[in-house]
Amino acid sequence: MRYLLLVMALTIGTLAAPVQAVTLKWAAQNDILTLDPHSQNHATTHAIIQYAYEGLVRYNAKYEIEPCLAVSWTKPDDLHYRFNLRKNVRFHDGSPFTADDVVFSFNRIREPQGTNQIYVSGIKEVNKVDDYTVDFVLSGPSPILMRYIVDFRIMSKAWSEKNRSQHIQDYAKKEETYASRNANGTGPYVIKSWEPDKRIVFEANKNWWGKLDGNVTEVIYTPIRSDATRVSALLSGEVDLVTDLPTQDVDRLRKEANLKILDGHEVRTIFIGLDQHNDELKYGSVKGKNPFKDVRVRHALNMAVDREAIRKVTMRGLSLPAGIMVAPGVHGYSKDIDLIPKYDVAGAKKLLAEAGYPNGFEFTLDCPNGRYVNDEKICQALVGMWARAGVKVRLNALPFSNFIPKILNFDSSAYMLGWGVQTFDALYSLQSLVRTKTTGADGSFNLGRVSDPQIDRMVDQAKIETDEAKRDKLLRDGLVRTRDQYYYVPLHHQMRPWAMKKNVTITYSPDDRPTARFAVVKEAQKQ
Amino acid sequence: MILEKLWQHDLAWSFRRSPVAIVAALLTIVCVGGALLAPWLSPQDPFNMAALNLNDAFTPPAWDERGNAQYPLGTDNQGRDILSTIMHGARISLGVGLASVFFSLLLGVAAGLLAGYYGGRLDALIMRVADVQLSFPAILIALLIDGVARVALPGERHDDLAIPVLVLAIGFAGWVQYARTVRGSTMVERQKEYVQAARVIGRRPLAIMVSHVLPNVLGPVLVIATIHVATAIITEATLSFLGVGVPATRPSLGTLIRIGNEFLYSGEWWITVFPGVALVVLVLSVNLLGDWLRDALNPRLR
Repeated sequence: MRYLLLVMALTIGTLAAPVQAVTLKWAAQNDILTLDPHSQNHATTHAIIQYAYEGLVRYNAKYEIEPCLAVSWTKPDDLHYRFNLRKNVRFHDGSPFTADDVVFSFNRIREPQGTNQIYVSGIKEVNKVDDYTVDFVLSGPSPILMRYIVDFRIMSKAWSEKNRSQHIQDYAKKEETYASRNANGTGPYVIKSWEPDKRIVFEANKNWWGKLDGNVTEVIYTPIRSDATRVSALLSGEVDLVTDLPTQDVDRLRKEANLKILDGHEVRTIFIGLDQHNDELKYGSVKGKNPFKDVRVRHALNMAVDREAIRKVTMRGLSLPAGIMVAPGVHGYSKDIDLIPKYDVAGAKKLLAEAGYPNGFEFTLDCPNGRYVNDEKICQALVGMWARAGVKVRLNALPFSNFIPKILNFDSSAYMLGWGVQTFDALYSLQSLVRTKTTGADGSFNLGRVSDPQIDRMVDQAKIETDEAKRDKLLRDGLVRTRDQYYYVPLHHQMRPWAMKKNVTITYSPDDRPTARFAVVKEAQKQ
Repeated sequence: MILEKLWQHDLAWSFRRSPVAIVAALLTIVCVGGALLAPWLSPQDPFNMAALNLNDAFTPPAWDERGNAQYPLGTDNQGRDILSTIMHGARISLGVGLASVFFSLLLGVAAGLLAGYYGGRLDALIMRVADVQLSFPAILIALLIDGVARVALPGERHDDLAIPVLVLAIGFAGWVQYARTVRGSTMVERQKEYVQAARVIGRRPLAIMVSHVLPNVLGPVLVIATIHVATAIITEATLSFLGVGVPATRPSLGTLIRIGNEFLYSGEWWITVFPGVALVVLVLSVNLLGDWLRDALNPRLR
């Protein structure tokens, strides 16, 4: 009898165990900007939104394309794709997923007030064939279409219309909609709540069509701005995973017995953008002309930056000085063209004098604080370096949520930005950052409004070029021309180690999107 | 002659008898002197960005084997010499402290005189405002004013206006004590014969307040002000530590402590410890001096 009871107790014990929630507590520096999946092309926002919203295809853990909301596709010719959609998929609110939602989302993501058009660029139309089939009509051949549409995420037409969120919020005007505060996708996790600057709670979607690779049933994301607090939270065990470590603490965390560090390169390049559109800098001392329109001035600013000192001191070795606008790991990157402008203060002064500024000039540098690794400290260092060349820079550091509307409204003469390459292909960077700005995806983050017909031709040709060798040549030429015209001041490619408790296993993602469906959290040892 | 007279004065006698006061005064002189003469004494001009060398950042103090004699107390994350930054930072801290105390003093004395002299509804109004304000911590009021000013002012002027805004914010947060003290003494003085005589000969109320009442109520106020300087310095440091005070390119002691705080874990302790020690010494010596002054001027303790 006693034995029987023991067996029963054991059985109940083992039965009860899997019901228990497995929680992954994840912390990083930033909060998301919005929950609207079509609104802001912002890495942290996408990293969170991908838990709830899915696209037709997705990346697997090795960053290869695999089917997601589409189960298969055919390509009758270069300009047409036919997608067969997954059946019996439901959105979190219970409404069924059909072709109407794809067509609706396509029209929605293209609205000009969003910044995600790039993910459907080159797609002319999306047509419904039947409830579970859609046709994509392209404006030209698109060799890497699949990599683009990973982030073309599908919203429910019925839900959006019911909640008056058919249109994207106007983020630059600080508009809020139901969809910017609530999420309703088809994805593996349901976003239970978002308390801005406090936490986001996710719960595994029991009705998800797929199967989690890991065992995490609950994710709590906590944005912690302060470096010291974030590290303390990890050390005290309050959080399991921190994905942006303060560079100065990495060495110390490596020595912690309860933690492990996952090293990796992010595919993100940090750079300074310069207003090359206005005839006079809005925030500058030069009247009547714009010094940044002069290639010699841009060259001088590039020369005056001691990238090696930033790497060694400010980044503590966790960066790779950059000469071109894409990072290693991006298709189109090649070490032989990533040449760093030689650090030469005297040369910079000479160039400035030639350009007509022997005594330098002044301008304001807008800098986000707490968006990129050591962003404000890098800006401060730049102020010093440029001062040595005679250019007096006033630093305006502001939180990212104030910074981004400011630069999107072109209310900046110089700004720091980082560009991660979601498609792992250099066209994405060239098209967003250097292609002349139009209302769509072209030049969507070309906020200094660089305009070079030669680059425009290369970009437009690369979009439709199907011959791989010719396409690679176009990308290379585009990157080299951007470098040689000094349209930007590239600083470095960011490295970003993650730290986690020993019992957490997760795949490193170079696009900075820790994905909980790949994560395993083993039961922690009792302490 | 004058020096001899000063030497014989009560205050001087009490000063000579108090070793604490002497030490405090010496420390204050060192701090204030170092701060005032910073542009001439400091080894480096930390605000001249062109003179900084990023490659020298995170140099430990000179006595460490990796140290550099050029930077006696080491350097911060931008290659600024800590000693120079402390001297310049103390200048800003002291400046903001003194200016804001002066501002509270003006505000508080004026309010107290008016309330005490006129009494009635004006008195009730001023004192109720004071009561309401007393129910909030001073730091909260300073934060509030600072926050409102930040939103109201255009972004590109923030750095220029940060210090005046800070002075106003801390000044506004501290006027109540003066107003209460002055009001009390004014009410007593108002009943005295010399005030009544002045009134009889037809002097205007403003003149009576300023030239007759004010000199007789100023003693205690000056004592409060001395102690208040230390409080104001602390408030400024707190605001700057929270990141809402002076801009990072012109750091005060509080800003320096905040910057250094990020590097405590990674072993670069000198960036935060030395400005911290400087702040403690400055505040402690001003406070001790204020305490001594209060005791020396208090007739009951003589």
